[in-house]
Amino acid sequence: MTAADSNVDGEGRSHYTSNVEPHSILKAGVQAPDFSLRSTPDQTVSLSDFRGQRVVLAFYPADWSPVCGDQMTLYSEVLPEFQRYNAIVLGISVDGAWCHMAYRKHQKIAFPLLADFEPKGGVARRYGAYRHQDGVAERALFVLDENGVIYWSYLSPIGVNPGADGILRALESMQGSGPHAQADQAARAVAS
Amino acid sequence: MTLGGPPTLTPPVSAADHALGPPTAPVTLVEYGDYECPYCGAAHPVVKEVYRQLGDELRFVFRHFPLTRVHPDAERAAEAAEAAGAQHRFWQMHDLPFENQNALEDEDLLVYANAIGLDVRRFVIELENGVYTPKVRADFLSGVRSGVNGTPTFFINGRRHEGGFDLESLLGAIAAAAVAGPTSMR
Repeated sequence: MTAADSNVDGEGRSHYTSNVEPHSILKAGVQAPDFSLRSTPDQTVSLSDFRGQRVVLAFYPADWSPVCGDQMTLYSEVLPEFQRYNAIVLGISVDGAWCHMAYRKHQKIAFPLLADFEPKGGVARRYGAYRHQDGVAERALFVLDENGVIYWSYLSPIGVNPGADGILRALESMQGSGPHAQADQAARAVAS
Repeated sequence: MTLGGPPTLTPPVSAADHALGPPTAPVTLVEYGDYECPYCGAAHPVVKEVYRQLGDELRFVFRHFPLTRVHPDAERAAEAAEAAGAQHRFWQMHDLPFENQNALEDEDLLVYANAIGLDVRRFVIELENGVYTPKVRADFLSGVRSGVNGTPTFFINGRRHEGGFDLESLLGAIAAAAVAGPTSMR
């Protein structure tokens, strides 16, 4: 639900500190730092496994947000659209692998949730997406191209589910920046 | 690439939508909802009261946003509403799932179809063939594009309503939109 988004209690108060010093998350054009994190208690996922595919990295504060319209649940519903753009989704929080496993099962999450657990928030820190005052990841989105370069990034207010429209618009505009755009440029060059 | 700005309704309301009230109404309220979502169930009587109070001053539009992985019966209920809509009974069917959120199985939907006088044979065939699956998915995707990130989400004259969905909040936001006039109409 929108009005009382994740991590907001019944009276609309956020559990997280509100006075945040401005963060600087990694920006477009930067090579996304590689990492290996547990997706289940006995499986590890590396970012480099997905070279050749687009990757949506969704950092979020915590599993078990007490609402139906939770961000990860939404992305599970939208996943077929992401896949149309050759993109996969990885959710990342500081929760442990067992916690992720229970949460994925409960919410029927359709993509891996990675445990940025030890050292705590180590990957989030490298992306500039760690919230030191609360000890959790920010709600930050990164869309990476096929070479692992950040194409788009977005830092959402922690209590606000950023939805999927920004991700879809980024993926869509990448379509234009791929082989099609090169063909367009060639066509324009011929025309001029 | 521009990725900022307040979320606006995409696509705008059209003849393909289910609408109550005149298209000339100064304010259009759009709800993205899920028949199995308890928050939508709570919002339903509020929306009805808003509509009752404002009459022809309001056009109300409902679009589907079923979160099917957490609400396994939501998709079928949405398609049932569409099937009823094909027989000009959308709003009658729309009320029933919200008023009976713990009874959304296929046999419950059949009872509702009977109760509102549908051609039940046609209703069953259309549901079994998934005739309205694309329409419900199109609604869902329009919601995603419009910045819907959970349910219920409301748009007032095309702009996402950021406040609560209690009677006072909705009436206040609608009154403000009416004053702002049709320039904000999308």
